Amino acid sequence: MGIRFILLVNKQGQTRLAQYYEYLTLEERRALEGEIVRKCLARTEQQCSFVEHRTYKVVYRRYASLFFLVGVDNDENELAILEFIHLLVETMDRHFGNVCELDIMFHLEKAHFMLEEMVMNGYIVETNKSNILAPIHLMDKAS
Amino acid sequence: MGSQGGWGQSKEFLDLIKSIGEARSKAEEDRIVLQEIETLKKRITEPDVPKRKMKEYIIRLVYVEMLGHDASFGYIHAVKMTHDDALLLKRTGYLAVTLFLNEDHDLIILIVNTIQKDLKSDNYLVVCAALNAVCKLINEETIPAVLPQVVELLGHQKESVRKKAIMALHRFYQKAPSLITHLVSNFRKRLCDDDPGVMGASLCPLFDLVTEDVSSYKDLVISFVSILKQVSERRLPKTYDYHHMPAPFIQIRLLKILALLGAGNKQASDNMHTVLGDMFRKCESTSNIGNAILYECICTVSSIYPNAKLLEAAADVTSRFLKSEIHNLKYMGIDALSRLIKINPDIAEEHQLAVIDCLEDPDDTLKRKTLDLLYKMTKSSNVEVIVDRMIDYMISINDTHYKTEIASRCVELAEQFAPSNQWFIQTINKVFEHAGDLVNVKVAHNLIRLIAEGFGEDDEGADNQLRSSAVDSYLRIIGEPKLPSVFLQVICWVLGEYATADGKYSASYIMGKLCDVAEAHSNDDTVKGYAVTAIMKICAFEIAAGRKVELLPECQALIDELSASHSTDLQQRAYELQALLGLDCHAVECIMPSDASCEDIEVDKNVSFLNSFVQQALEKGATPYIPESERTGSISVTTFRNQDQTEASSHSLRFEAYELPKPSLPTRAAPSLPLPSSDLVPVPESYQPYETPQPMQPQPITDSSSTELGLKLKLEGVQKKWGRPSYSSQSTPSTSQTMNPKTANGITHSEIKEAISYDSRKQQHEVSAEKQRLAASLFGASSSKSEKKTQGSKAMKSSPARVEKPQAPTSEKAPTPVQQPPPPDLLDLGDSTQSNAPPSSAVVDPFMQLEGLLGVPPQEVSLESNPGASASSQSVNLMALYEDTPGVGQLSSFAGSFVAGNPSVQSRSPRVGSSSVGSTAKKGPSPQDSLEKDAVARQVGVTPSGLNPNLFRDLLG
Repeated sequence: MGIRFILLVNKQGQTRLAQYYEYLTLEERRALEGEIVRKCLARTEQQCSFVEHRTYKVVYRRYASLFFLVGVDNDENELAILEFIHLLVETMDRHFGNVCELDIMFHLEKAHFMLEEMVMNGYIVETNKSNILAPIHLMDKAS
Repeated sequence: MGSQGGWGQSKEFLDLIKSIGEARSKAEEDRIVLQEIETLKKRITEPDVPKRKMKEYIIRLVYVEMLGHDASFGYIHAVKMTHDDALLLKRTGYLAVTLFLNEDHDLIILIVNTIQKDLKSDNYLVVCAALNAVCKLINEETIPAVLPQVVELLGHQKESVRKKAIMALHRFYQKAPSLITHLVSNFRKRLCDDDPGVMGASLCPLFDLVTEDVSSYKDLVISFVSILKQVSERRLPKTYDYHHMPAPFIQIRLLKILALLGAGNKQASDNMHTVLGDMFRKCESTSNIGNAILYECICTVSSIYPNAKLLEAAADVTSRFLKSEIHNLKYMGIDALSRLIKINPDIAEEHQLAVIDCLEDPDDTLKRKTLDLLYKMTKSSNVEVIVDRMIDYMISINDTHYKTEIASRCVELAEQFAPSNQWFIQTINKVFEHAGDLVNVKVAHNLIRLIAEGFGEDDEGADNQLRSSAVDSYLRIIGEPKLPSVFLQVICWVLGEYATADGKYSASYIMGKLCDVAEAHSNDDTVKGYAVTAIMKICAFEIAAGRKVELLPECQALIDELSASHSTDLQQRAYELQALLGLDCHAVECIMPSDASCEDIEVDKNVSFLNSFVQQALEKGATPYIPESERTGSISVTTFRNQDQTEASSHSLRFEAYELPKPSLPTRAAPSLPLPSSDLVPVPESYQPYETPQPMQPQPITDSSSTELGLKLKLEGVQKKWGRPSYSSQSTPSTSQTMNPKTANGITHSEIKEAISYDSRKQQHEVSAEKQRLAASLFGASSSKSEKKTQGSKAMKSSPARVEKPQAPTSEKAPTPVQQPPPPDLLDLGDSTQSNAPPSSAVVDPFMQLEGLLGVPPQEVSLESNPGASASSQSVNLMALYEDTPGVGQLSSFAGSFVAGNPSVQSRSPRVGSSSVGSTAKKGPSPQDSLEKDAVARQVGVTPSGLNPNLFRDLLG
């Protein structure tokens, strides 16, 4: 199914956003986040942005203090996922303007709305920034 | 910008976020969240919570769950929020519900109604929100409740609704394919949608469908190719570009589909050649996204029917990846290489040094990927080096999952390509030593069988040599702590059978060692059983050879201890051993013949040796045995009535309340058969639960495949030592999803023979640090055509069987309008009219007025990284900038406290200021964003106080 989860975690390993595309219980999520965050944070800048973990791969990318982690199936194109992360950050940046960790924390629901537009059923369905942001703009205006 | 209005959250919420943001440790964060849970529990149940407030509570609940705590007390409020009429509240409610609940949660039933209602809404945003929820919350049972509406929405005028409806239907297909088989044609229809987004979305379900059944979609090859061509030729609106690459994610999805459709199908593949060739030529390799597409092209080329030109282009790109300094590209290169060598094994040689660099790289991911590659290119000439490498790596890691995988790969390669028995035994020993608990128990039995059977019939001397070398190696290892149980069982068995055979070791020495094993593993009954039986065998061989056996005191102690064991099995073994010690040499030889592990044991199922005894008994007037099948009816006539009430009266009422338990018939028959010879207390051999001389006795195996294994063994000939043992084609090793491509594809006999022929071949290569030599040993040997892996695990989807299916019948599933390629105007859309402009439908109209109030939406900011904020600007600057921002009154009071107090803030301020100034200079359209943001945040009291200074850092800065 492609993407299994998307996680935003800061340098201290604190979760800032979590979206799973298959159901995991709270305990499973906690354990998984702990494990992969430990794995990814331990890596250096020069090493690959991919980590194998159990039956899937984690593609991650760091922006300032935030790590974006995407868990994908084994036959997913890692480089493409890496760029998908960047697209997500660019989209957030377009919306928030100079997006920072705090933006995501204060507007958690908006970050989720963007993801809802971009990924469905674990597949990337929308990459057009205007399309992604249109509903959010409309909701902003309405309220 | 959009976010500016959003700061209107309550102080409470801001404080919560602030404290979470500044928590120094997980413990502190937990404390904050637990406190928050208490607050929420009180607040959320208060009557008349204003809606906006409730939305905030819901978001706080999302935080609680995200940070790993249970928020189930508030789920119901999230559900209620989905009923709200206001779009933002509704969507927030749906979001929370999808984050909280799985599709089988009890509360879902309360939402289905709302979803149904919302799917009919006039406001397309409400419909979209509901469709999002459908994708996450609807399970097989509730699909029928929403299915008709979802299907209707496939024709909705708004493209975003159509897109989401496609995905909802895709979800249904994933959940319950049978429910929507009649609807799959919709996916084909949407492939021709006017909107590129909808078309792109329809590729997701089509990818799944093609994966399932290639042959039904052969007719779409032309369409996919033409779409790919148009996309790559920039016929889509610019807004779909990513870093100047036209709709790259759509291109990649298309390439994946083509890879499936072209596998093993020459005709389909021919259609793809032009477009693939163009993409190789035109795709720029300077950007990540360009390389992502190139990599996908390689995958496609290596999957479809081979074409020399394309393969050459693919090899070129691969070598560029491998030569890159960037690890990510190297990784992709290794993966690409492992795909290409399936088609042409020679390609690897060119890149041997690059591969070895990757193998020795400290980056674990890269190393693993390279080991994967090596695993795929293993042949008998390089198996020793590769397996050595794999074992070294296996020893170095702790991850159980991957350790298991590597261990079973080592075993697989060793079994398949081993150059000599000696090497095989040593290799398996190593695997056992370091990952014994993780490997499949069958490996142990294989090893035992190999040692027992040796090379086969002709060369007895070599067999003995093999055995004594095994014995030597085990005596060396046996003292090590923490050996896995399975391995100890093998060791005990081998020592029992062969340790004293060549006279090198004395019986008492071996028995001493075995006693040590039993003592050291006093918790493991199986190992103890193996050990004591091994001791028994050694005693038996000694007695049979006419020597006197003197049990060591520790040995005697062990036997005494086991005689009183709680395990009846161990007791029996101990008693057997004691009984055996009292027998004469002839009897012992009959019970425990030397080196008889390979003899077949014939089981006389008719127990004919009892005939005379039975005859005697009958003559004395005993009742004849009645076979079970004939028993029921006849019982009432015979005299059994008292014992066999139940049998006789099974069709009538029983009046005795509590009947004594009755002995069942078979056991009743048993006591009448005394043991064949009464002084041999323990048992004919075949009754021994663990260890008969047959090495493959299935009992100790606990997994479910044991019976199958037992059955299989009889069929196996000695010849199949190497190659794939026949049973392993049925039950794969525990970690095998990706492991057994060959088994699935079936391996031909000739291949097995080929592998066997390498048996005696010795390799000169030794593992040396020197790369050249390593390279030579990995790649150097002329790449024989013994390359087996014609299909790797990923290529499994394209099994030959499917490929051969005729193409003809597809037409029935493909209505004609669908077959034609998408109309050209599909992709010639006016760019911005639809996607960019604010939607002008009636629903949205009210918002139009608001537009004037907000600034013009900014254009995409330039995304080059900031060259680091110059540290030149001072805090003075910062203050000046703050003066400009709105809300001066509050701000100045803030500024006052800022200057006056908090040293930690002060110490940080230059940095904040400077980074903001840096971006001001850089980013034209939205100059003061971060400044304003900082300012406003501080204004409401969110001041990162040194603990987490990064909260304000621009992610893209």
